[in-house]
Amino acid sequence: MLNAMIVEAAKDNVIVAIEPICKGETVTYQCAGEEKTLTALEDITIYHKLAAQDIAQGEPIVKYGEHIGLAACNIKAGQHVHCHNLKEQRENLESKV
Amino acid sequence: MNFYGYKRPDGRVGVRNKVLILPTSLCASDTTRIVAQQVAGTVTFNNQLGCSQVASDQQFTMDVMAGYAANPNVYGTVVISLGCENCQMDLVVDAIRERTNKPLKQVIIQEAGGTLKAIEAAVKYAREMVAEASLLQKAEFPMSELIIGTECGGSDPTSGLASNPLIGQLSDLIVAEGGTSILSETTEFIGAEHILARRAATPEVHDRIFEIVHRYEKALQLVGEEVREGNPSPGNKAGGLTCLEEKSLGCIHKGGHTPVNAVYDYAKQVEAKQGLVIMDTPGNDPSSVAGMVAGGAQIVVFSTGRGTPTGSPLVPVIKITGNRITFANMEDNIDVDASPIIYGSKTLAEMGDELLQLTQEVASGKQTKAEALGYTEMAIARVCNFV
Repeated sequence: MLNAMIVEAAKDNVIVAIEPICKGETVTYQCAGEEKTLTALEDITIYHKLAAQDIAQGEPIVKYGEHIGLAACNIKAGQHVHCHNLKEQRENLESKV
Repeated sequence: MNFYGYKRPDGRVGVRNKVLILPTSLCASDTTRIVAQQVAGTVTFNNQLGCSQVASDQQFTMDVMAGYAANPNVYGTVVISLGCENCQMDLVVDAIRERTNKPLKQVIIQEAGGTLKAIEAAVKYAREMVAEASLLQKAEFPMSELIIGTECGGSDPTSGLASNPLIGQLSDLIVAEGGTSILSETTEFIGAEHILARRAATPEVHDRIFEIVHRYEKALQLVGEEVREGNPSPGNKAGGLTCLEEKSLGCIHKGGHTPVNAVYDYAKQVEAKQGLVIMDTPGNDPSSVAGMVAGGAQIVVFSTGRGTPTGSPLVPVIKITGNRITFANMEDNIDVDASPIIYGSKTLAEMGDELLQLTQEVASGKQTKAEALGYTEMAIARVCNFV
């Protein structure tokens, strides 16, 4: 059963839980027509984010195909991504138009 | 596609037929409340402003008052002022007359001889106006007459996944019908402004999108504050939204996919049949909605993740959530469950067609849940503190 979703399959490194997910549970989501799985390393509240892949400290966290902040520490695939491990960063976006 | 509405003498078309009892300041707001309680068919609001304001701050208040009186859902207006406030009766009447030629009556409390005499005069005007309004017959008009205001409040991650994309789908359909859709909430463009700027119809609109975002951030920095201190809210974060960029990237989905044709200042008159436009409003819902209603929106489409009862004194507010738990929890308040988009039982296109149908029904008179429950809260945006 699908219990997560990715918004921008080609770019995002986080996915969204669409069911409550418990630590150790298999997380399944559709990615560009292919079913992908990983193991949740923590309990994930419904609609919260988890890392789809390992994200090194300082790397951008990507959702909707866009940077939403930087990893404040090393984040492993399956870990909850939220205020505790995302560092906010205001980018100059005029150069991205 | 057509709906049944009310033709106004200024040429616009309303979807409701209300008489507005308009307080020009805080000092007239209790009086308008008492008058509105006496006459069924009237509406009013608590105007906390109208005096002790600097020019740019007062302009927002004036534009909301004039825009409310001119909103096509209003048959006519009884304006009540105290008499000594900064928003003087003649200034307010001139501002209304610049926008519309609809029926207008005036009562000044200090000149009428106090509360009881002012109420007596205003109640008589209001009763006559409601009687005239009740004689008006509905006629059929194309959906191109509609100006839809779009808003999101109490957002969570489902807003960006389902309810805001659904509003974006409606926006595209309304634009295809030849109508107008307003995207609002400048603070919730922050981190996503480049995506909107890419869709600007002209270089001027492109520059204005960056300008309103940067101006908003700088205005808060001038008083030593940062926009992200209050946004996302605790409820947004509990729902799973981490930061302003994530919230904004979900927020802008309300604008659909069509070009951005214009950027309007807060509460200014929006021209009909313009396609997608932006209005520069706060992320605060009641004041953002008030700006769009003053701009002439006859209907507001409102997405929520956490759930909100919000309404408007003048316009039906259609509320939508993509969160199945919130819909089950607050079905009294929410009109549409958009969660099938997340779980795959309906497509965005199917739900968009259903929402267009509901919008047509609401335009023709169907009550929204906020109307049925009598929710009419509103606020007016501020530039700075009182003087």
